[in-house]
Amino acid sequence: MTRAPGGDKSANALTADTPLRRTPLYEEHKQRGGRIVPFAGWEMPVQFAGISEEHRAVRAAAGVFDASHMGELRIEGDRAADVINRVITGDVGRIVDGQALYTCAVDERAMILDDLIVYRAGATRFLVVCNASNRAKMSAHFAAHAAGTCTFEDVSDDTALLALQGPRALEVLALLGRDGAACASLPSFHFRDAVIANLPATVARTGYTGEDGVEIFCKWSDAASLYSRILDAGRELGVVPVGLGARDTLRLEARLSLYGNDIDDTTNPLEAGLGWIVKLDKPDFIGRAALVAIKERGLSRRLVGFQMVGRGIARHGYPIKGADGAVVGVVTSGGPSPTLGTNIGLGYVPLASSEVGSKLLVDCRGKDVEAVVVKTPFYKRAPRT
Amino acid sequence: MDQVRDGLLYTKDHEWVGGDASARKVGITAFAVEQLGDITLVTIDVKPGDQIEAGKAFGTVESVKTLSDLYAPISGRIVAVNAELDQKPELVNESCYDAAWMISIASEAAPDGLMDAAAYRAFLASAAH
Repeated sequence: MTRAPGGDKSANALTADTPLRRTPLYEEHKQRGGRIVPFAGWEMPVQFAGISEEHRAVRAAAGVFDASHMGELRIEGDRAADVINRVITGDVGRIVDGQALYTCAVDERAMILDDLIVYRAGATRFLVVCNASNRAKMSAHFAAHAAGTCTFEDVSDDTALLALQGPRALEVLALLGRDGAACASLPSFHFRDAVIANLPATVARTGYTGEDGVEIFCKWSDAASLYSRILDAGRELGVVPVGLGARDTLRLEARLSLYGNDIDDTTNPLEAGLGWIVKLDKPDFIGRAALVAIKERGLSRRLVGFQMVGRGIARHGYPIKGADGAVVGVVTSGGPSPTLGTNIGLGYVPLASSEVGSKLLVDCRGKDVEAVVVKTPFYKRAPRT
Repeated sequence: MDQVRDGLLYTKDHEWVGGDASARKVGITAFAVEQLGDITLVTIDVKPGDQIEAGKAFGTVESVKTLSDLYAPISGRIVAVNAELDQKPELVNESCYDAAWMISIASEAAPDGLMDAAAYRAFLASAAH
């Protein structure tokens, strides 16, 4: 009975001995009763009112998340698009000004270095958002490829990121000024500059919860006041602060990948179910040859969603066994689903066991518990009316 | 909820023991419950008649985010396990010192090395936990 709920363990392990950093919202989190834990080198709130309660608030109303620990890389110049396209598996040539692209970067073996969102502000101006745990690696990677060709700047230290997510998110934003109201017309994966609560910001119709909502970039020094203005304005609509715990359960229900759990530098995007972000029909890029080879050879395993049938909760790292008891795969994410009321998970399994309805056994600390492969996402929001 | 109940004995792992030698009940404390959040699964790995040693794991309690082992605070023979927790793990959140007792242990020897309520309160107040 000694372990408290924590953040992602693999990310913690990487940074156990380095001093922890604080986002501009640290004091706000403490004030609102956030329980602070180390995560990817940062002191982050894992929960406020409680993981399930925050989770349900985001599904029913909206919640505000601190994502200021994430990395922001600015890449600009006439050949910026070429440099980015050389590094990512997606095609930045397919998006227009004011549009964003979910993508990833892989190494020459097609192993995933990070998953990313690339924002095209203009034909020569891009912002790349990477995971906090990969910031140093991705910063160096992009810098090396930009060198001599275009400008590169890691602006993470001056860029805060808040996420406002949930069915009432846009309503809340509309309470914070004319620009906020105008953001309701932003299509999914589009963004614009906007003045929110009298503060300059960039608002993107993106998120990591499976709900409608926005992510808001602002200056580090403006973040605390923007955060409290959003929470104050949204209080009557049921908006609450949300920690990393519910961020994880929300993204799992929506089957959004978590780097370090579901994807890492031992997994390729094709087996991870991210084939849709791999565009082989664009100019050569890092890992393309390996991706082509994998496609020709065929996949050996696939990341699938499963639901526990027996009594047990799958957790990251638990072995997955076939009907004969032999270990065939591993759980990458798992836990109770507050929305569904069942225990769900993601894991890599051999192709033969990857079809919906396939029976699996999850070794829950020595106990084999039955599970079944199900369709993902586990949760899909009702279409907007 | 009051974090600590008078008359019980406590471990540093945030379990409590109460009752007489024929059946000492064991559960987890309000502090532990608060740390765990919503309890979604309680698994008891022992059955009546089993012998258990102090410090040995007898089951697990799981919340949305995490799994924690349950350790026997005392040695003895298992008298009963609370089967209700199988279907109603939320009882642990609602009533950790009453309805959500987990096992009871027959143990003639006086419990050893445990804290009384005052000592446990001081333990919680210190940074040691």
